Amino acid sequence: MTTKSGLLQWIDERFPLTSTIREHLTEYYAPKNFNFWYYFGSLALLVLVIQIVTGIFLVMHYKPDASLNASGIPVAFASVEYIMREVPGGWFIRYMHSTGASAFFIVVYMHMFRGLLYGSYRTPRELVWIFGVLIFLALMAEAFMGYLLPWGQMSYWGAQVIINLFSAIPVIGPDLSTVIRGDFVISDATLNRFFSLHVIAVPLVLLLLVAAHIIALHEVGSNNPDGIEIKKKKDANGRPLDGIPFHPYYTVKDIVGVAGFLIVFFAVLFFVPEAGGYFLEYNNFIPANPMVTPPHIAPVWYFTPFYSILRAVTYPLFGIDAKFWGVVAMGAAVVIIAFLPWLDRSPVKSIRYKGPIYKTALTIFVISFFILGYLGVLPPTPGRTLVSQICAVLYFAFFLLMPWYSKIDPCKPEPERVTWK
Amino acid sequence: MSKDQALDDNRRQLLIATSVVGGAGVVAAAAPFVASLTPSERAKAAGAPAEADISKLAPGEMMTVEWRGQPVWILRRTEAMLATLEEVEPQLADPTSEKSVQPPYAKNRHRSIKPEYLVVIGICTHLGCSPTAKFAKGEASGIGKDWLGGYLCPCHGSRFDLAARVFKSQPAPTNLTVPPHQYLTDTKILIGEDKA
Repeated sequence: MTTKSGLLQWIDERFPLTSTIREHLTEYYAPKNFNFWYYFGSLALLVLVIQIVTGIFLVMHYKPDASLNASGIPVAFASVEYIMREVPGGWFIRYMHSTGASAFFIVVYMHMFRGLLYGSYRTPRELVWIFGVLIFLALMAEAFMGYLLPWGQMSYWGAQVIINLFSAIPVIGPDLSTVIRGDFVISDATLNRFFSLHVIAVPLVLLLLVAAHIIALHEVGSNNPDGIEIKKKKDANGRPLDGIPFHPYYTVKDIVGVAGFLIVFFAVLFFVPEAGGYFLEYNNFIPANPMVTPPHIAPVWYFTPFYSILRAVTYPLFGIDAKFWGVVAMGAAVVIIAFLPWLDRSPVKSIRYKGPIYKTALTIFVISFFILGYLGVLPPTPGRTLVSQICAVLYFAFFLLMPWYSKIDPCKPEPERVTWK
Repeated sequence: MSKDQALDDNRRQLLIATSVVGGAGVVAAAAPFVASLTPSERAKAAGAPAEADISKLAPGEMMTVEWRGQPVWILRRTEAMLATLEEVEPQLADPTSEKSVQPPYAKNRHRSIKPEYLVVIGICTHLGCSPTAKFAKGEASGIGKDWLGGYLCPCHGSRFDLAARVFKSQPAPTNLTVPPHQYLTDTKILIGEDKA
């Protein structure tokens, strides 16, 4: 851009507009060999926007109030039904938000799996990865608190079980769960604070973390399916030989991903918004009743792998209740992901050049994760508990044994330049 | 600042003092915010006792009363039901309620003031779900041939007998909690307050 218009020049002398656009879009060089798996970062951003916009409109009609209305229905529950039946377009906005929650987790799980495939967490991208794990944690908190708001039976009893988990922590536990609830039982106080955290606090944290995730990524540059650094081979102008400007090349590619995603997203929204009880559980169409627990309670699908790990711990240890260790195991299952950059000792990053041991380990890990997820929606039986215990051990073994198996794994040599058809 | 321009000691001390005072101010300002998260005066006062009329409760039937936002069950046990309490004792984790929470007058085999009536908070001591009544014996209960009647928690499968005592090796650590209660008349129970 040699000649700037008067206005642009005026702005650039006061705000780094052109240089920011250059740094992050038109002159941000991304590897030219991105594949299907690289859609999910931009899709996660799209779903975040969907959730924020639909959320803003839902808050205009939703009422966080657990008291009963004239017909004996909790006001919060009734306000969601009001949005669904009486607010023009309300059903569309609400289903976008509820489908968006599940879509968010599908996209983020795929995005994380991409990292496992191509070693995107390895040096120098450790902080990109850690910000990502923090985003995942914030997302789980956001989804959990959002699920209480419709004030249905699953909202109420799901929150009851999860908040009671904190009471298992020795010494401070019971007081801590009272402070989380703001009452001795789940009540209006709990509903109101979860509403506040869901619409203000956690979204702010999420936005900050997303900004940090992208700034850190643009500092070190994107990884690619070959797991080699494009910055090592530059042309005379200092541009990576295997890099192409993010805009227009990847903005155009991502639009294709967005179109494909929206086709699936709206197909679900219009034809199966409840997704057979997995996106919106049937029991949540019954108003919260503190007197009766539904016959079977299970978390929403995206929490079930971790919920299974929680239930798999059935032995007390060091004189502390099994449920405390269940909570510890569940927390550790998420936090351990952040340590991947230091657990992986393989000389190569990408699965394309890793050996059979890592490929086997990753396959076992993914299968265990799916089995844990499946068992998490079912009521426990002794047989199922045993299977979930085995899968939980395999889940942790993938991480904890990685320093050894990634070292002895016979790897193939990495290419000099990215491979690309 | 270059190394030779060492910070004046007095200024350094002023900086430290300012930071300490500022930090104390931040901590003091945080206190009301943290306090606001704890139960409000209204929530604390909501523990008013609840009255239950048991005149219409038939033998073998259970009613539920709300007290402090929690379900309190009143079960009128038949002679046959009471007879099971001794029979199940070898299978129980805490048959004499040593580790469980109840007023002293309910620390007995039937865990109640009058053997006939069980008054208990219907919240599982594991993670707070409300167990389901399974009073039918044997196969009809859907639990097993040896089942003598009791409660089953739908969330994590904890089992309790007809005095709300937990069976061995269940997720729930203790028996269900018996709230303080008293008989106002033969057919009226006050939950949440006792004579003591």
